[in-house]
Amino acid sequence: MDDSQTGNRSLQILIADDSDSDRLILKTLLRRLGHDVLDAANGVEAVELFRHASPQLVFLDAMMPQMDGMEAARKIKALAGERLVPLIFLTSLTNADALVSCLEAGGDDFLTKPYNRVIIEAKINAFNRMRLMHETISQHRDLIHEHNRKLTEEQHTAKRVFDNIAHTGCLDADSIRYHVSPLSIFNGDILFACPSPAGGIQILIGDFTGHGLPAAVGAMPVAEIFYGMTAKGFSGSDVLREINQKLKRILPAGMFCCAAMIQADFALNQVQVWNGGLPDGWLVRQDGSRRSLPSSHLPLGVLDATRFDATMTVIQAHTGDTLMFMTDGVLETESIQGEMFGDRGVVTALNELKGEVHPFDAVIDRVKAFSGGLLDQDDLTLVTLDMAESEVLGSLSEEVPLSALEGPEEWHCVYELRDRTLGQFSPLPLLLHICMEVPALRRRSGEIYTLLSELYTNALEHGILGLPSEWKRTADGFGHYYAERERRLSNISDHYITFRLTHSMTDGGGRLVIVCEDSGRGFDYHNHAGTTGPGRGYAGRGLMLLQRLAGSLTFRERGNHVEIVYDWHFSEADPAEGVAVTQHGGPS
Amino acid sequence: MNDKPHLDEEALAELKDVMEDEFDVLIHTYISDSADRLASIRRAIEAGDADALVKAAHSFKGSSINIGAPRLGTLCLEVENAGREERLSDAGPFVEQIDLEFQQVRSMLERILKE
Repeated sequence: MDDSQTGNRSLQILIADDSDSDRLILKTLLRRLGHDVLDAANGVEAVELFRHASPQLVFLDAMMPQMDGMEAARKIKALAGERLVPLIFLTSLTNADALVSCLEAGGDDFLTKPYNRVIIEAKINAFNRMRLMHETISQHRDLIHEHNRKLTEEQHTAKRVFDNIAHTGCLDADSIRYHVSPLSIFNGDILFACPSPAGGIQILIGDFTGHGLPAAVGAMPVAEIFYGMTAKGFSGSDVLREINQKLKRILPAGMFCCAAMIQADFALNQVQVWNGGLPDGWLVRQDGSRRSLPSSHLPLGVLDATRFDATMTVIQAHTGDTLMFMTDGVLETESIQGEMFGDRGVVTALNELKGEVHPFDAVIDRVKAFSGGLLDQDDLTLVTLDMAESEVLGSLSEEVPLSALEGPEEWHCVYELRDRTLGQFSPLPLLLHICMEVPALRRRSGEIYTLLSELYTNALEHGILGLPSEWKRTADGFGHYYAERERRLSNISDHYITFRLTHSMTDGGGRLVIVCEDSGRGFDYHNHAGTTGPGRGYAGRGLMLLQRLAGSLTFRERGNHVEIVYDWHFSEADPAEGVAVTQHGGPS
Repeated sequence: MNDKPHLDEEALAELKDVMEDEFDVLIHTYISDSADRLASIRRAIEAGDADALVKAAHSFKGSSINIGAPRLGTLCLEVENAGREERLSDAGPFVEQIDLEFQQVRSMLERILKE
């Protein structure tokens, strides 16, 4: 601790008094106490001295010629600005009004004549302590301002970095409507959407516990996993499992992410949802009826991998139906009277839904009205997804950048899944990944994925599990179908599905042959009605789709062996790709 | 009417202690200042300037109290109050008393200096 903090430091003190003898007494007193004294005989001189020397303490006679003490006090206080310069009036004034006006002019205290050495010393020490405390507080305040400014600046930088990783994906698609606050990430809210290779869409909405940086940090890996895996064709369940495992590992105890996943498959008129800790989601059907999608799981990052349940609820949904999910912030929106919007607010908004009003507008308008016209709560996120025709969404594969490296041309691979694994693991992302090594196939990832996915689903659900696709035609049957699928999957034994992929180059492009064989009983493909009507083994849609996409489709053996030949041509590729391939083998 | 002593011995002793070598300078400064103040007071009364009277009497009062001349300080206060209340005619008699008291204080101080 230096002298200035103990109050023993020599101070520079300004005194102003028109009486020479009084000034001499005070000056001598202060010098004897070890201070450096500047003296003035009137107010004007005092203000000038103060302006140039910035003394730390001022003694002013209240009544002086030229400028009196009151006016000098006001000027000195103005010059001192934010600095605390204790100002003590020297006075032999006796009436209370005059003393009060000294303090009103900015005086901090007064000293009456005759001067007393002990009192003067005590006052100087007391005011110096006050002055130092004020100085410390001012420094702390400036420090806090500076920290706050830096923090805000850092948040904006972090937000830019975050936006690069957790970009909005396909949130701008026509079928999606959403509300998020600009810096919501620092309040722990997340909202991502990504097209899947199969032509569907996956949306993840979430709300981390806590606020600020800790909440934002958790969002980064979630975004990476979500976008990375969805684009590669992993199902919503797979993505959830991976995110949960990651968060469980990286988040401190007590921190987690309430979230909901929507996996929409437009071609199948089906959505799968998973709600872990968010408020009820809603499926609002075109006819106005609706179904709540309440939380039935623990949030992400709570349970370890073995106990985590990523099972998604499968629901039929058709064009015109709308799915809605929201974070807590919607329910916690407060009215001016301090009431909460709550579940009731959402339900009321949906009850009053009529005509052409979109459920998104109905809820968001009601929240706005409820809160008095403002949506200023930072952690308020609302998203809706309209079920659409599959063609509406642009294909993701067109956006995938081509690797500069040329991939394999002539190759063959066999991949076989057996028994228990059939119910636990989807081989589709892996198989798609292998095919995507061929540059020309990358732009066809949607088609390749669909081929693989249809073959796999048919082999598993119809070939091995023997589930009749007719069940899916009614709402009751739909539920029954998926319940039965789960039951039969858990009892699988002595079964397999084998994929054989063969790629080779042809004159104008290349050929990918996919053979999918399963251990099921097969079906009588000779009597199959072809592209019309539901087949016994294959859903009508699946068969039609396969025939449309592939050059040829052949059933062998007892119907459990399907071969697809998929030809691609350079001419279909864009110029950049054409160049890349024709340069092959040349001295590029 | 004024039972205060001409000089406050205790206050003077303390001043002497504080001022050390400059005690002489202080006393001379006070005496010459006071002569000026007294002249200012007389001028203000002649000119009928109440404001100037208040200021001069106030300063004279302050320095007298500080130097340890309480009776003189009290007389100055009477004049200051009369000036404040615009009773300039009432101030006249007090000025003569101030003059007398000042002569008294002055000779006492000068004696102290000689000791």
